[in-house]
Amino acid sequence: MQEKYALELINKGMRVDGRKLLEFREIELKTNVINKAEGSAYVKMGETQVIVGVKMNMGTPYADSMGEGVLMCGAEFTPMSSPDFESGPPSPESIELARVVDRGIRESHCIDVGKLVIDEKNVWVVNVDIHIINHDGNLMDASALGAIAALKTTKIPRVDLEKMEIVRNDYVADLPVVHTPINVSVCKVGSNVVLDPTKLEEGSIDSRISISVREDDKICALQKQGSKGIMIGEIPGMMELAMEKSRELRKLLE
Amino acid sequence: MGHKSDIKLIVDGKRTDGRTVDQCREVTMEVNVIPAADGSAKVGFGSTVALASVYGPRELFPRFMQESDTGILRTRYNMAPFSVDDRKKPGQDRRSQEISKVMKHALEPVLFLQEFPKVTVDAFAEVIQADGSTRVTGINAVSLALVAAGIPMSHMVTAVSVGKADGELVTDLNGKEDNFGEADMGFAMVHDTGEVTLLQMDGELTLDEIKKLLDMAQTACGQILEKQKKALRDFYVKRGE
Repeated sequence: MQEKYALELINKGMRVDGRKLLEFREIELKTNVINKAEGSAYVKMGETQVIVGVKMNMGTPYADSMGEGVLMCGAEFTPMSSPDFESGPPSPESIELARVVDRGIRESHCIDVGKLVIDEKNVWVVNVDIHIINHDGNLMDASALGAIAALKTTKIPRVDLEKMEIVRNDYVADLPVVHTPINVSVCKVGSNVVLDPTKLEEGSIDSRISISVREDDKICALQKQGSKGIMIGEIPGMMELAMEKSRELRKLLE
Repeated sequence: MGHKSDIKLIVDGKRTDGRTVDQCREVTMEVNVIPAADGSAKVGFGSTVALASVYGPRELFPRFMQESDTGILRTRYNMAPFSVDDRKKPGQDRRSQEISKVMKHALEPVLFLQEFPKVTVDAFAEVIQADGSTRVTGINAVSLALVAAGIPMSHMVTAVSVGKADGELVTDLNGKEDNFGEADMGFAMVHDTGEVTLLQMDGELTLDEIKKLLDMAQTACGQILEKQKKALRDFYVKRGE
């Protein structure tokens, strides 16, 4: 019933919470919220809440990327955040979310991974973990925003080179973050385009494209989701919209 | 994407395998290669080869997975351990699970699943030899297998990869271009209607480049669709003999 009402409103150009179709909910962003993590952020996008923590660990580089640090991204849809999530192995949805956020960070080259070398054998492994705390829609954009905010506050701990041990809480540098990718998911509901859907509105979405845009307007990741197609001629307009909105969201990080 | 490398991917307008920028590799398609399946196909783009089989519509267990008002499509993309240079650990890793999911969404728009409440259509894509563009090769194969299985469909789905290598926009990326190029875009569409059903990209592109890539992908899909139709025609003619 409620879902049908949300759809009827969208068809009239309105939203349940009174927003315009292309308007985001109010966003609250806090950084350094977890003192055990080397970088962290809390994002509240309407009622959607996400915590992202960055842990820096020592590890070996990938064979095809010697001389570069390693980025790893994971997402947990905690059972506490929604009646729809259950504990157990990661769902395809959580894997997709983590991989889309990962691509936005990786392909934008926002981390200067060449500077993350400890010695000949060891590099920094940057673990970005996304924890969904309350699911009220648009997890992708909230998570990606939290991830880049957390990375921007991440500090590199000192390494005791004799013991080859990380000395926690003793930092030597900031993580070299040189770009700011922002993810904007542009949703199609019938013939309308909608941004930042709530969970209720997500029930009416035909399809969406998650678009990751860098501050120089380069697009660095795309992912179409949803079980309906999108007409090819509509795609460039959706990207222009994402570029425009990304500038707005990026201001939150300044 | 974007591994540092000195490999030149394009020299004098020719790619590592001698192709021009907008040329697909040799495309091979064969329908009904797995007799146990309700429908099956084998598709090759150069040395990338994928098998697909479809079972169903069939009863869905466990019962709680059934949908009372529609049938469902389940998809599984998998890479054989021997399909790549360094043996791949068997089973579904995170990449395969994500691809299985987008593959499902790439095919659902053409299926009349509402006509089959409570049942499932199961589609499997198995990459047996990988040299770039494996997911789109798999989607082309599953699309053929769905038709061959007689699943009611409005259209065929056709897929291709496009991207950027050595600063040039290219169609149908091979393994080297996939690994060392600047961008890779997986694309599937219903060519007859212009509906895009798969769109993924990683790399660094301007909006203008994406517009051009969409055009290139649409053109290539038109050519590939003709090959899909021919493969089906060949199959039915042979079956009628």
